[in-house]
Amino acid sequence: MEKVEKANAEKYVQLENVDMTFSTKKGTFNALNNINLNIKEGEFVSIIGHSGCGKSTLLNLVAGLLQPTEGLLFCAGREIAGPGPERAVVFQNHSLLPWLTCYENVYLAVERVFGVSSKSRESKAQLEARTHAAIELVGLSHSADKRPNEISGGMKQRVGIARALAMEPKVLLLDEPFGALDALTRANLQDELMKIMAKSGCTAVMVTHDVDESILLSDRVVMMTNGPSAGIGEILEVNLPRPRTRLDLAENKDYNHLRSEVLRFLYERHAKQAA
Amino acid sequence: MSAISISKESLKSIMQSKDTMVSKGVAMTENKNEAIENVARITKTQSSQLKPNNLSIKTYQFFKWLLPPVFGILLLLAIWTLISHQSPNLPGPLKTWHSAVQLFSDPFYDHGPNDMGVGWNILASLQRVALGFSLAALVGIPMGFIIGRFKFAARMTAPVISLLRPVSPLAWLPIGLLVFKAANPAAIWVIFISAVWPMIINTAVGVSKVPQDYMNVAKVLNLSEWKIVTKILFPFALPYMMTGIRLSISVAWLVIVAAEMLTGGVGIGFWVWDEWNNLNVEHIIIAIFVVGVVGLLLELALTQMAKKFSYE
Repeated sequence: MEKVEKANAEKYVQLENVDMTFSTKKGTFNALNNINLNIKEGEFVSIIGHSGCGKSTLLNLVAGLLQPTEGLLFCAGREIAGPGPERAVVFQNHSLLPWLTCYENVYLAVERVFGVSSKSRESKAQLEARTHAAIELVGLSHSADKRPNEISGGMKQRVGIARALAMEPKVLLLDEPFGALDALTRANLQDELMKIMAKSGCTAVMVTHDVDESILLSDRVVMMTNGPSAGIGEILEVNLPRPRTRLDLAENKDYNHLRSEVLRFLYERHAKQAA
Repeated sequence: MSAISISKESLKSIMQSKDTMVSKGVAMTENKNEAIENVARITKTQSSQLKPNNLSIKTYQFFKWLLPPVFGILLLLAIWTLISHQSPNLPGPLKTWHSAVQLFSDPFYDHGPNDMGVGWNILASLQRVALGFSLAALVGIPMGFIIGRFKFAARMTAPVISLLRPVSPLAWLPIGLLVFKAANPAAIWVIFISAVWPMIINTAVGVSKVPQDYMNVAKVLNLSEWKIVTKILFPFALPYMMTGIRLSISVAWLVIVAAEMLTGGVGIGFWVWDEWNNLNVEHIIIAIFVVGVVGLLLELALTQMAKKFSYE
């Protein structure tokens, strides 16, 4: 029995021989080929690769927004049959509903996961408390009643993160969450995400094309080969001690070594021809 | 210099007109002539570095805004006068104006069903439009939602809609008369059938255009169909629905005149027909203006409503 549980913790998210083929007007397109990946409980995994390598497709498969052509995906021992709130997604373009305030956007998620239609059937006061807590966690209490188009890009992404975390997911999926932000805002949010993840201890999978971001945040970096028929090229263990800080790492030998490993993979062995 | 003096003269004459708002504004400046001179100076050099007082700029801009539509209406009146001089049966603007003053001095008289004031006729038509239009909204908007949401429904209704939509609304009148066996419901039926298409189609387009990003959010949150409709589809499709509603009300108002000409009873369309039988051409022209003004007001009211509902 103990063994089973341990196996579950080792393979909290599990991808087995996953193939993904899209049928387009020009014929079939094989995006992912034979992906095998196990993610431990509480682990932070980054998926990095050139654009068009199918890393977002991989994330959408775990989210359940796409169904694999072949292979199986599991989360916490159960097969992934479709999207669900236990696998919350932070979308690249934040995907907040523009007609709802930040508070209402988060509340919509909270209400679904913990409200009357759920198992926990929490009271309205409890739901409101959860929403406020999530918004406070990302430091946006002062803007809770603003609409998304009244706040900056960084703030929108914070609301997106708050919405995902408020659902208390088993796995947090982040699809290039900071890709559309300027460098300073991005660094800020990365630091905050690190703190939040340390606090919540939840499992996370992040798609990124930023080498520094992947090493700073992750326990492992999954490097993908170029598409079509992309696969996992290498997996890099990031054994840097936590809590990590940007400034300490800048001088850190191991960090710089890891960084050059990823760079070598991306620009030497799997360089993308200029389109 | 001559150009300036001309504009000075024309401005003076306009400012001395009845428009109270403007004349009050001018009275507030200490020196009337100075204000006019300032305006004249701006007309000469728009990017002038001088800073004439604020009020005269506003007056100038008001006239600049007002002038083209006034010219348009004057042109219409001129052409009308010209034609009425050529064709003696057509009354000119002045004759029509006198007739209108007389008509609108008592719009709500009632001498039996065949002789009622123009006000009653307008209200009767508006009531029919309101009824037919509300029914169309009641049927069209939910139908648009279903068509926009489910591909099967869209494919199923596509041939029927494409077949029936181009049919002239009046072609439906005999069917209405046959089924309802009365003129009034038949007229409402015609309004309904002409107003329902824009509402179905625009709602469906709005719903089907919901960005995949929002639907992905709905999927990840596992929202119920009711929540998807109320929190995502409805707010997103609302501007499209408002466009549909605006088109519908215009069409409904267009059609009611024709429908009432055929069905009779009380209503602006029937009134036009009645006055044609009386050979009272002034009243027909007045009716044309009344129909135009009411249509314009309906459109304006709905545009204002649409602005209120927009989330941006």
